[in-house]
Amino acid sequence: MIAELGHYALMLALGLALIQGSMPIIGARNNDPVLMSMATPVAVAQFAFVAMSFAALAVCYVTSDFSVLNVYENSNSAMPLLYRLTSVWGNHEGSMMLWVSILALFGALVAGFGNNLPPRLKANALAVQAWIAAAFELFILTTSNPFLRVADAPFEGRDLNPVLQDPGLAFHPPLLYLGYVGFSIAFSFAIAALIEGRIDAAWARWVRPWVLGAWMCLTLGIAGGSYWAYYELGWGGFWFWDPVENASLMPWLAGTALLHSAVVMEKRGALKVWTILLAILAFSLSLIGTFLVRSGVLTSVHAFATDPRRGIFILAILVAFIGGALALYAWRAPLLKQGGLFAPISREGALVLNNLFLTCACATVFVGTLYPLALEALTGEKISVGPPFFNLTFGPLFLPLFLTMPFGPLLGWKRGDLLGATQRLLAAAMLAAVAIAAGFALQHGGPVLAPFGVGLAVFVMAGALIDLAERTLFLRIPLGAALRRAVGLPRSAWGTAFAHFGMGVTLMGIIAVTAWGSERIAALRPGGSIDIAHYRLTFDGLFNRSGPNYRDLVAHFTVRRTNGDLIGTMEPSRRTFPTRNMATTEAALMTRGVSQLYLSLGDPNPDGSVPVRLYFKPQVLMIWLGALIMFIGGALSLSDRRLRVGAPRPARMRAALQAAE
Amino acid sequence: MKAVRKLRPHFSSAILFVGLFFLLLTSLPLHAVEPSELLSDTALEARARALSRELRCMVCQNESIDDSAAPLAHDLRVLVRERVKAGDSDAQILDFLVARYGEFVLLRPRLAWHTALLWGLPPAALLLGAVAIVIVIVRRQRITASEEMANLTPAEEGRLSDLLREER
Repeated sequence: MIAELGHYALMLALGLALIQGSMPIIGARNNDPVLMSMATPVAVAQFAFVAMSFAALAVCYVTSDFSVLNVYENSNSAMPLLYRLTSVWGNHEGSMMLWVSILALFGALVAGFGNNLPPRLKANALAVQAWIAAAFELFILTTSNPFLRVADAPFEGRDLNPVLQDPGLAFHPPLLYLGYVGFSIAFSFAIAALIEGRIDAAWARWVRPWVLGAWMCLTLGIAGGSYWAYYELGWGGFWFWDPVENASLMPWLAGTALLHSAVVMEKRGALKVWTILLAILAFSLSLIGTFLVRSGVLTSVHAFATDPRRGIFILAILVAFIGGALALYAWRAPLLKQGGLFAPISREGALVLNNLFLTCACATVFVGTLYPLALEALTGEKISVGPPFFNLTFGPLFLPLFLTMPFGPLLGWKRGDLLGATQRLLAAAMLAAVAIAAGFALQHGGPVLAPFGVGLAVFVMAGALIDLAERTLFLRIPLGAALRRAVGLPRSAWGTAFAHFGMGVTLMGIIAVTAWGSERIAALRPGGSIDIAHYRLTFDGLFNRSGPNYRDLVAHFTVRRTNGDLIGTMEPSRRTFPTRNMATTEAALMTRGVSQLYLSLGDPNPDGSVPVRLYFKPQVLMIWLGALIMFIGGALSLSDRRLRVGAPRPARMRAALQAAE
Repeated sequence: MKAVRKLRPHFSSAILFVGLFFLLLTSLPLHAVEPSELLSDTALEARARALSRELRCMVCQNESIDDSAAPLAHDLRVLVRERVKAGDSDAQILDFLVARYGEFVLLRPRLAWHTALLWGLPPAALLLGAVAIVIVIVRRQRITASEEMANLTPAEEGRLSDLLREER
């Protein structure tokens, strides 16, 4: 009954989405305030029905209703409650439900909080949002229905894929989707602006909080996924340049560019046409990511061809939305007035440079991800594009980005003082030089470039701190006064500094772990030991342990310093899931400061020895810590009063806006 | 182990639809490089590891043979180590593998006509973008310069020169 209710609610939501997608637009064309104002309640109602449908599916999962095919295939009554709940989106149908739910949620949020929006813009934007919702709701109902029943209900489900039975599943997909789908707001606003043929700096002010929120979630989602892969997959890699990862990185790159160009548009009224294009691209890349992952085109073009129903449906959505949006852009963008002049050396100039590098990096990832598919489809030739390609092309594009990053916030709007900025960054450059020298002094036999990388990371971090110091006049006025200035500083300035600092932290972690990480591979018998960095691990023996729906073969290790001090124990295991007859490696991690010891286990050999892989990962936690700092930066910026939705604008700004219109 | 291998195709198709953006690596997290494979000569072993990272495990999804636990990856690792021990250069080993398995085995595609777009796009995008930016800046500066000139009436010009004189 509950499954049928969910199914029905989803159909009603589709109906509401169709109303929301048509009536407000007609109203906006004919200047009919009643039709336009329909958008708000219908968007909220659409969300209510989608949420009801999602809740129905969740109830089926939590109560282990195996008469529902989707639940039977992906759940098991022995799983803990958390995994029974998270397995809702641990499969194709359920994850599409999550996608649509988040989309409807965003629509409802715009409807609820957008009281200060011009009615025409709001009506058009919500209508565009509804087109996307309708397309995906139709996709679920016709090709990926999660509410189908099994004729004879089985007693037990087939269990969730063991790799996914992890707390990571609770956070990673929802965060990622909040990011992906969050860009749909920017997309809808861009299309609405194009339909109207009018855009001003206020547009950027309305859109930026949504972009910022989406960017924050995507940052955390990508970082969380990276950490999950790091500890789950058993060899301690943090980024694989897998097409699926690239699918999430591309919207992040475009979104980061959008975030920066929207600042220029908001503050200076420049880069309007470009910002609109980026808003379209960021969400288009999210759609392409959805297509890549959902259609099965990634395994091979042939896998796509054997069961093309879903793939073709998403491809049609893709072509309609991206093609339509770009066509509309080509038609209407020339109507938009350009404004806000600036000198090449200025904060605007720096942000344009940022956009150049970010979009080129995005294009690189795009071509690297799709080229093999296109080549195989066109000529039948099979090539692989893997990490060596991306490291070679992506790296050089990010290098100048990091180098110029500290300059941006120090340059003035309109016309900047490069010499002055350079002088102020001298301290950062000196710190970087010290770091490079220290790197060379301390490194024995690592890569020559590594100390330079560390220097770059130090430069970025110190640059962010100098920006703050400059704004608070730190060390130039008494400390108390500087602190008062710090409190009074706009939160968005803190946000910038945090985000840039976090980027430096991540860079530092990546360089340290790639250059100075070490690895030991050995087959150990009980009593045997291996040394790594300045630690010694002794293998004490194997024992069995059982969990709710799995069995563990655990190896017990004692960790000591090389001088004999006891530090602790590590217990990596091999985990077997009887329902699916599959095994996973549960690596053991020991955190020392921001570095980690990483130990994973192979299958025991017949002679009683156990193959182990042991890694020392220096400063590895900085990679994800940096992302967390970026997230905090985003949150600080989002809490800025000036950005808050509905916050009254200062009179000067209002006058400027009117003049712009 | 056997059961696991048997289930791998099922696993790969299941996980594809799962859509988890990071865990899409087909082979199960077993062990990649095994202790018995390692060469005793550390310099040769380091070369073999570096080569392994450039080579694709062809039955896996986007995994190098260095990371993969698949039996094919094991065979390739052993093969690479044999060639390294036999004294082949890196280029010879890669050529040998391409001749045997096709270009699909290389994770870094070779620069050729069919990969020209792939390798050419990143630098081309950067170059075109930079050129476009310069053109826009130059054109706009010219427009504003001429507009500003044209906009001043003779009276304004007079006032401007007065102001400038006062400044001095």
